[in-house]
Amino acid sequence: MTRILRIFVSGDGAAKALGADRVAEAFAREMAARGIEAPLIRPGSRGLVYLEPLVEVETDQGRIAYGPVSARDVAALLDGRLESHGLTEKIEALASQTRMTFARCGRIDPLDLAAYEAEGGWRGLEKAMALDPESVVAEMTASGLRGRGGAGFPAGIKWETVRKAEGGQKYIVCNADEGDSGTFADRMLMEGDPFTLIEGMAIAARAVGAGKGYIYLRSEYPDAIRVMREAIGHVRSAGILDRAGLAFDIELRVGAGAYVCGEETALLNSLEGKRGIVRAKPPLPALAGLFGSPTVVNNVLTLAAAPAILADGAESYAGLGAGRSRGTVPVQLSGNVRRGGLYELPFGVTLGALVDEIGGGTASGRPVRAVQVGGPLGAYFGPGDFDLPFTYEDFDAAGGLIGHAGIVVFDDTVDMLKMARFAMEFCAVESCGKCTPCRIGAVRGVETLDRIAAGDEEAVTLLTDLCATMRAGSLCALGGFTPYPVLSALERFPEDFTRRREAAE
Amino acid sequence: MPETGHRPSAAAIRDLAEEHMGREGALLPILHAVQARYGHVPEEALPVIAEVLNLSRAEVQGVVSFYHDFRDAPAGRRVIKVCRAEACQAVGAEALAAQLLERAGIGWGETTPDGALMVEPVYCLGLCACGPAALVDGVPRGRLDAGALEALLNGEGQ
Repeated sequence: MTRILRIFVSGDGAAKALGADRVAEAFAREMAARGIEAPLIRPGSRGLVYLEPLVEVETDQGRIAYGPVSARDVAALLDGRLESHGLTEKIEALASQTRMTFARCGRIDPLDLAAYEAEGGWRGLEKAMALDPESVVAEMTASGLRGRGGAGFPAGIKWETVRKAEGGQKYIVCNADEGDSGTFADRMLMEGDPFTLIEGMAIAARAVGAGKGYIYLRSEYPDAIRVMREAIGHVRSAGILDRAGLAFDIELRVGAGAYVCGEETALLNSLEGKRGIVRAKPPLPALAGLFGSPTVVNNVLTLAAAPAILADGAESYAGLGAGRSRGTVPVQLSGNVRRGGLYELPFGVTLGALVDEIGGGTASGRPVRAVQVGGPLGAYFGPGDFDLPFTYEDFDAAGGLIGHAGIVVFDDTVDMLKMARFAMEFCAVESCGKCTPCRIGAVRGVETLDRIAAGDEEAVTLLTDLCATMRAGSLCALGGFTPYPVLSALERFPEDFTRRREAAE
Repeated sequence: MPETGHRPSAAAIRDLAEEHMGREGALLPILHAVQARYGHVPEEALPVIAEVLNLSRAEVQGVVSFYHDFRDAPAGRRVIKVCRAEACQAVGAEALAAQLLERAGIGWGETTPDGALMVEPVYCLGLCACGPAALVDGVPRGRLDAGALEALLNGEGQ
């Protein structure tokens, strides 16, 4: 093997959950035994979770990828006896992506400020400081960026509302309460490139005149909490925002295991130290948000997209995508899928291409039967829907949503009645309790699905009715969107809702 | 390490709470600090926290009971939070959890009578592309099967 310059062992939470720390320990040990001296770096994830723990060995040829690597493989790897995937950058699943928000993620030490700067960090903030706030907002609006948390509201319009709002203190609140099953893009970004999020929040602060920012990060992400906290500390002690001329401070707050706090008004209540109860809108958080002050509440990915948009110009971002879905979207493939991971792509790739070509079909090797798109409140689709382009509008028109861009794949052993029941059960567990359709409806939904399972045909009409009530009458997306997975399962997989009755007869 | 055996004194709770007094909306950080120290939020802590924050005891109780993370009693010596969300279900997490609960002889959210093990549900750990996943004593673990879980419980690591 040619001389090793650096070794990268993924330090992402998923990689660590798969034993990456032991791999790193093995490297330290085996390198010492062989007299190899090279820095051992723990970057975030490249997003190819199926290859985690991923190891990259850098020589003068570039970075060579190995994975999944276990601690037992390390000696063989160093002795040149382990098969590699070749140059990391040439791996088709990576090379075919358009990495903008995730450009640095997985490539650099996430807490190395010098590496961040060398890879184009802070250019977006510099640009924002050179422009006046109005022009910063104009750039965001021109980029066409829409809220990546799920609602898809144009980011520039939200920022403009806060910029124009009257108020002494204004806030930037980052929603890092990524509770949707099948999504891990926020986690990956915070663990792999936390300075990008800080830069994005700083740009937002510049645009609207905010002095204080909060990151509300879920407690289920211990690695992201650690990395993000350290990153905030590094930026603060290096005085980066001060030197840029921005009086803005960021504080990390840890959630406490309530899914509903991913809803922006529940999140604000939680930040205020209250129960995470949803607020009725209006007033909009943009006008009366945290502690009643004008507040930008954006998802991690929305804020993290801002640095590239400012640095490279709105046109470069708006030039990608399809229809009114501009730019890139980090699609997350998970569940029963062969090549699970995060793939940042322009909007518009079809669902089938994502699941079959990029994802490689199921991990079990059985046929794909259903995919849930957009988290626990997203609709189920089947292979018959695989020509749907991945955009906000196309999924909306097909009776679904792209949400936070997670796709969960199920093979043909899935019981769709059980998944519909789970959606209701989840809503019942996580309901904040403020509105009746959600609080009571979810409980009744579970009961009604149990009746259907027991062979009660009339209960189907009742379920459809109940879903209509929840959809129209709930205060927020939890109760309002739970009907998506329930009704889509019923409509697309009706055989699962009659099978038991037939079996019982 | 949490001082799970100790009953907290009012003064100790007050000290913990007052460390966070300068922060906006300090209640959640205070509750996290109390739980980190004692392994749960003891009932006697509530009136002290309420007084420090100038809230009613009911308001503090309401917040504690709202969030899944806060416990009113100590957990087992080992805590496994198994992900029950869709992506993990797609790769067999429900069967794995059922096996674990049966082996321990407990239900969701319960602790074995000897206090050794508690099993709780969790809805998504962001390990959706490498499920089934769990938090084992606070440490994320992925691609679990019965054997791997058994090994973790026996302290063999992964």
